[in-house]
Amino acid sequence: MNSVAVSGKTGSPAGIGLAPPGKAGDKVFRLLTWLMAMMVLVLLALVGWTLCKGSALSLTRFGWNFFVHSDWDPVNGDFGALTFIYGTFVSSLIALLIALPLSLGTAVYLTELAPGWVRQPAVSMIEMLAAVPSVVLGVWGIFVMVPWLRDGPYPLLLKYFGFLPFLRGPTTGFCILSASVLVAIMILPIITSIAREVFRAVPDSQREAAFALGATRWEVTRLAVLRYSVRGIFGAAMLGLGRALGETMAVMMIIGNSDKTPGSLLSPGNTLASKIANEYAETLNGLPLSALFELGLMLLLVTVVTNILAHLLIGAIGARQPRGA
Amino acid sequence: MNRWYHHWRKIKSSCVSALCLLCALVVIAPLALVLFNLLQKGASSLDLHFFTQLSKPVGETGGGMANAIVGSATLVGLAGLIGVPVGVLGGIYLSEFGSPRMNWAVRFAADILNGTPSIVWGIVVYALVVLPITGYSAYAAGLALGFIMIPLIIRTTEEMLVLVPNSYREAAFALGIPHWKIVLNIVLKTAGKAIITGVLLAAARVAGETAPLLFTALGNDYWNHNLSQPIEALPHKIFIYASSPFADWNRQAWAGALVLLLFVLALNIAVRLVTRGRAPHLAR
Repeated sequence: MNSVAVSGKTGSPAGIGLAPPGKAGDKVFRLLTWLMAMMVLVLLALVGWTLCKGSALSLTRFGWNFFVHSDWDPVNGDFGALTFIYGTFVSSLIALLIALPLSLGTAVYLTELAPGWVRQPAVSMIEMLAAVPSVVLGVWGIFVMVPWLRDGPYPLLLKYFGFLPFLRGPTTGFCILSASVLVAIMILPIITSIAREVFRAVPDSQREAAFALGATRWEVTRLAVLRYSVRGIFGAAMLGLGRALGETMAVMMIIGNSDKTPGSLLSPGNTLASKIANEYAETLNGLPLSALFELGLMLLLVTVVTNILAHLLIGAIGARQPRGA
Repeated sequence: MNRWYHHWRKIKSSCVSALCLLCALVVIAPLALVLFNLLQKGASSLDLHFFTQLSKPVGETGGGMANAIVGSATLVGLAGLIGVPVGVLGGIYLSEFGSPRMNWAVRFAADILNGTPSIVWGIVVYALVVLPITGYSAYAAGLALGFIMIPLIIRTTEEMLVLVPNSYREAAFALGIPHWKIVLNIVLKTAGKAIITGVLLAAARVAGETAPLLFTALGNDYWNHNLSQPIEALPHKIFIYASSPFADWNRQAWAGALVLLLFVLALNIAVRLVTRGRAPHLAR
């Protein structure tokens, strides 16, 4: 419409000697959208830069010692993150240990076994679980899950496995293991949905070939589906681990928040994320604040690494798909 | 021997199938339990006062979370002011203009940011804005939530825009319409509902975020009349009330958790219903 109007005014034939319509608009619009897309890169850089700058004081003061010391003593200005590193990795790994088999079993059920009418509702239910806010699960954890674990499974655990050095009571229920269980519940949906996608990407010809050889359903699943998806399963696990490492509110509400290195899984502890969150509303400055930023920097780095690994692993599956089909 | 082996394989297969079914039930059980407990304990604690009153001082029963509900709405609105334009326009760049290399970089960065723990956003905004400029304020909290929204919306917007058939764009190009008008009037319009659902999902996600608020919004027992002052938000109030030793506060934490969960689930279900009718048309 524009070009007609313009050519009418100048009297020259449409399109000759005239700039294509909307060229300036195109340039401006393109630049605008480019800037907005760049915002994502800028944000990533900003997050890294802010945390590095914030933790500079602590980095130069403690160096590597920060990672191998477990004192967190604001009074004497002595800070070490070992307790929180330990809490983070132990609670996340246990959560992954609980969640991974359950998620894989569920994903296998949903892609290979379930009758058609079950699949969609079940998938929707699991995706709903992913949408439940962390703080809501935290409330549930405090008032329902922790008392139940304390009165039911933990005494049994202590009775039969109490000889293990990392299981010692008595416990209030607010402990690392409770946090692991709750985090496991939170990462179940993400691992399940990624694993489901990975299994669905397995070409049907693989399954049909295995069936044709007389394999039972489990053998088809094991040989044609699971073995084909090993990379993707690792990717899903990594993504779940990344979530678990960074989980804050629910963990903070039930891990017991202790700065002492826990001797047992049933003792209270702290993770990097829950320690940071615990310091809120404190008037912090100088070294304590810097040490807190260093915890944040570590948290950022471990989640970035696990996420990159996850995307490399899952991305590779995506690239393999067309060849198989 | 051979027959027994055959039977053994069949039995093993059935056992594993049963195990998988059990896994699925165990995975769904927590959601059912959470919903059941919330409905049971939350609904009985929910009353009109919850929506209309401020919190009462410790020791007095009653009161509500009116300021927290309004605060949450305010914060999600502020977040949307930042997250929606940046996310949608960025998504347009990825789908309509971007080069493969730039797109890869942006997507990669967005995925990394989506995996970044929300507490990290809290302390980053604390360092960037709260300490040097505003202090604890609604602006800072809205900014933190907006930062969380950006990578979410940019990814969903791109996904929805690439579903718009290229023939639409080609037809418009053939009519000599400028590219930016094609994008705004045709591509964006076609994918409009889908993009809005993406925005709503992002809003539902940040509405439930608590961790980034700790270092930015701080919380406030009263109404917030000035966005440069601390503000209360529903998830934060729930956290404070659930962690407190007072029975009446715990009761209200249940009520708050129920309201928050219902809000988030309602958005998710609505989005699911809308996209169910929509997706096949877009994917054509």
